[in-house]
Amino acid sequence: MIGAGKMKQYTNVLDKPLSKGRQEVSLSGFAYLFSELVQYNQTQVDNIGELERRLEDAGYAVGVRVLELLCHREKGNRRETRLLGILSFVHSTVWKVLFGKVADSLEKGTEHEDEYMISEKELLVNRFISVPKDMGSFNCGAFVAGIVRGVLDNAGFPAVVTAHFVPVDGQQRPRTTILIKFAEEWLLITNRYYEEKQG
Amino acid sequence: MAPAFPRSGDAIFANVERVNAELLTLTYGAIVRQLLTDLEEVEEVNKQLDQMGYNIGIRLIDEFLAKSNITRCVDFRETAEVIAKVGFKMFLGVTASVTSWDTEGTCCSLLLEDNPLVDFVELPDTCQGLYYCNILSGVVRGALEMVSMKTEVTWVKDMLRGDDAFELQVKLLKQVPEEYPYKDDE
Repeated sequence: MIGAGKMKQYTNVLDKPLSKGRQEVSLSGFAYLFSELVQYNQTQVDNIGELERRLEDAGYAVGVRVLELLCHREKGNRRETRLLGILSFVHSTVWKVLFGKVADSLEKGTEHEDEYMISEKELLVNRFISVPKDMGSFNCGAFVAGIVRGVLDNAGFPAVVTAHFVPVDGQQRPRTTILIKFAEEWLLITNRYYEEKQG
Repeated sequence: MAPAFPRSGDAIFANVERVNAELLTLTYGAIVRQLLTDLEEVEEVNKQLDQMGYNIGIRLIDEFLAKSNITRCVDFRETAEVIAKVGFKMFLGVTASVTSWDTEGTCCSLLLEDNPLVDFVELPDTCQGLYYCNILSGVVRGALEMVSMKTEVTWVKDMLRGDDAFELQVKLLKQVPEEYPYKDDE
């Protein structure tokens, strides 16, 4: 039997030096894996809401680890305390490391104080996904929404994050918007903090 | 002397679109975690990973053949070399080496020293029976089955269990001749 009777030859995984993050794999390899993730989850659920939730949960776990990894590697263990700081971290650093480019845009919601939107013309995970008409507005970007939620939650900015298709004039495929709605208690805390700072 | 390939693994890898390996690592980890939560039994997870790998393998072979311009392999030795040098490089960005051939030339081992799937991974005590990279064995099995080779793929060495490398044993069971879907005499 493999591994049996041998002294543990590898050092503790925490002792290994952290990789620089330059290693690459093929996009198609990732696409196959992602499609298997979606297909497996399809067998486990009865409706689309459940499927989105499961994809989001999978993404959440990725987000948690991405935050830890990038905080250590890219930011020298400095913790973001400002809202705009963490949003620009997600929009630039996280997106660049995971998807190879910064997100297309970061906007503040006009209708609500606590909403922000990260938009992308075509999410990397959706490149090879086509959604059948009977699945309505299902978006595999729920996985990416989960990643964002994982990062924000563990950085101390609880939020509800969802992915939506937004049709664009003149473009065949709709663009995807990740909608971030920050939790109310967080906003109350920040507002009070800034009030006290000014007062 | 190793046969010269129409396109080397490095050349193809340089031409395909690439993503950060960490995205793959973390996504794969999320998949294994989901399976462990859903299925709970380590054996079931192993089987499910192998099945997922098989599903990937039967589709991956098309892309592999299309992008690599490989001509038909003469024998199983060549097949194994191609998988190790071109296949692994094209999709995972790492090359494997082929070792431990048996006398008949139907069984060999693919040795992987670098495996992007297992970065940051440590197996907890509760999951000691888990073959974390079992998806790879499914991929190889599925891909070979689509080119008419029935194989049995098992793990011989696993770094997460204390060995010094990852070793996949690929055993050729039989070559299945291609079946035509129509009869000639009708």
